[in-house]
Amino acid sequence: MGQTFAEKIFSKMAGRPVVPGTILTVRPDHVLTHDNSAAIYSTFKKMGGKKVDDPNQILIILDHIVPAANEKAATNHQTVRQFVKEQGIKNFYDCGRGICHQVTVEEGFALPGKFIVGSDSHTVTYGALGAFSTGIGRSESAGIWATGEIWLKVPESMKIVLKGKPKPYVSSKDVLLHIAGLIKVDGALYKSVEFSGDYIENIELADRLVFTNMSVEIGAKNGYMAPDEKVFSFLEKHGIPRDAYTPIYPDADAEYAETLEIDVSEIEPMVAMPHTVDNVNKVSNMHDVKVNQVLIGTCTNGRIEDLRIAAEILKGKHIAKETRLLVLPASSDIYLKAMEEGLFKIFVEAGGIILNPGCGPCLGAHEGIMAPGEITVSTANRNFKGRMGCNQSEIYLASPATAAATAIKGFICSPTDL
Amino acid sequence: MAIIKGKVFVYGHDVNTDVIFPGKYTYTVTDPKEIASHALEDEDPDFIKEVQPGDIIIAGKNFGCGSSREQAAFCFKYLGMGAVIAESYSRIYFRNCINAGLPALEIKNLLGKVKRGDVVEINTETGTVLLPDGSTVTFPPLPPEVDEIMQKGGLDEYIKAKLAAKNN
Repeated sequence: MGQTFAEKIFSKMAGRPVVPGTILTVRPDHVLTHDNSAAIYSTFKKMGGKKVDDPNQILIILDHIVPAANEKAATNHQTVRQFVKEQGIKNFYDCGRGICHQVTVEEGFALPGKFIVGSDSHTVTYGALGAFSTGIGRSESAGIWATGEIWLKVPESMKIVLKGKPKPYVSSKDVLLHIAGLIKVDGALYKSVEFSGDYIENIELADRLVFTNMSVEIGAKNGYMAPDEKVFSFLEKHGIPRDAYTPIYPDADAEYAETLEIDVSEIEPMVAMPHTVDNVNKVSNMHDVKVNQVLIGTCTNGRIEDLRIAAEILKGKHIAKETRLLVLPASSDIYLKAMEEGLFKIFVEAGGIILNPGCGPCLGAHEGIMAPGEITVSTANRNFKGRMGCNQSEIYLASPATAAATAIKGFICSPTDL
Repeated sequence: MAIIKGKVFVYGHDVNTDVIFPGKYTYTVTDPKEIASHALEDEDPDFIKEVQPGDIIIAGKNFGCGSSREQAAFCFKYLGMGAVIAESYSRIYFRNCINAGLPALEIKNLLGKVKRGDVVEINTETGTVLLPDGSTVTFPPLPPEVDEIMQKGGLDEYIKAKLAAKNN
């Protein structure tokens, strides 16, 4: 019998064939942490840790509250810098490089066939490049720093086959929200989700990353896509030669716990309404939803392709009088590119604010906190109550195109409504 | 101690970690007492006024979904709560409970059978829960590899023992 991607990579890690449900102790290629590294360091010391097991296994990217919003955050960053120096950790990116999930991709850590864990639930993002990646807790990150190892269960696998050509302005975000509405936030609980089909093959890596990034929002342990020429040439452009990794593909006769087939040509622009990601509706059903703030960016939709779409819609226009627009590029590379392409001029002339790369507003840390009674349309991945810092505000999730159109009109709408 | 007895707080499906422990505190609040004081803040503001050591959370499916922040499990541990019971867990949340040394039992169909304030009694040796109506429900034991962490009281002590053994 053939193996799924998850069964194959866990078998490789174990050095023997394994089946779903098996519990294994594995040594991941990398463990990613961010601002929480300060708290993890204190747990590491509590565990009796002195020297980390393998400094090269550790990857640290400061992104959650950058630049520091207060003394506590600044002290956390200081602690992390001291730790990095003391332990000889080379894979460290300080404030300003960008959101960890984008930086991990750009810096060539997320490679086909790699096994990555991280103390952030959106660590699942790297499956779009054919890696196995999943989120873990803070304590167990400290455990890996100390021992190099972690226990994991081999997951069952689920296949989501996406076919067809989407309508204009229907992006991967709309397709993902449609899936969340269909199978709900626990639809893929504990499972390894393999996204495939001609739709996935035809879209670019930036759009593929939206699916794997948000696979955790449908409960998945990890998301995966078969790496192809688009992935290999992206990596090559980022200085990673083709012989630096070995892709892992599922067998054609692998068995899946569940298979779902979706025709994307039927899907319309979607939003996730407050306060859950599966509370979805068509944008065309949104009437008179007045919006105070629009956030375009984050680790879900803060890539150059997303900013280009938003800029194309906003060019020569101005945002609504009572609406604020925040633009949050996912990394310094994207920031530079957007600047060079003149996108910032378009956003600022439209009345927008350009934020530095980081996580800030998405988790309610700083930069764009909401007030009671306010509504934000965000291209991020979560709209939970209180997520953006105020439990009496509401968040709608949408694509960059919908978000840009909404900023212009001041009410939730599609670019075709302008 | 094989018996965990306490009054229950009952919640529905898909309770996420943002409402258990808001994101705005995750990088600024580090003191265990202060972490505990924000437990369930955006889901049930009365919880913190009523909770007592030994009390038990009962919830529906996919409990603890969303962010991986482990304060959402540790806040209950710091309050001295006895256990969490849910129909199913988000996987990172389940791991965080084990790492905190907080029993996280998976039991289906409890919603509707218990209400806030009822007292239930968990026997971790027999794998049973005694409900207010006198009936019992069972739950499966943890896999041995995972139970070992629980037996040590959490991941801190488990790793500490592992490191000590390695250095001897």
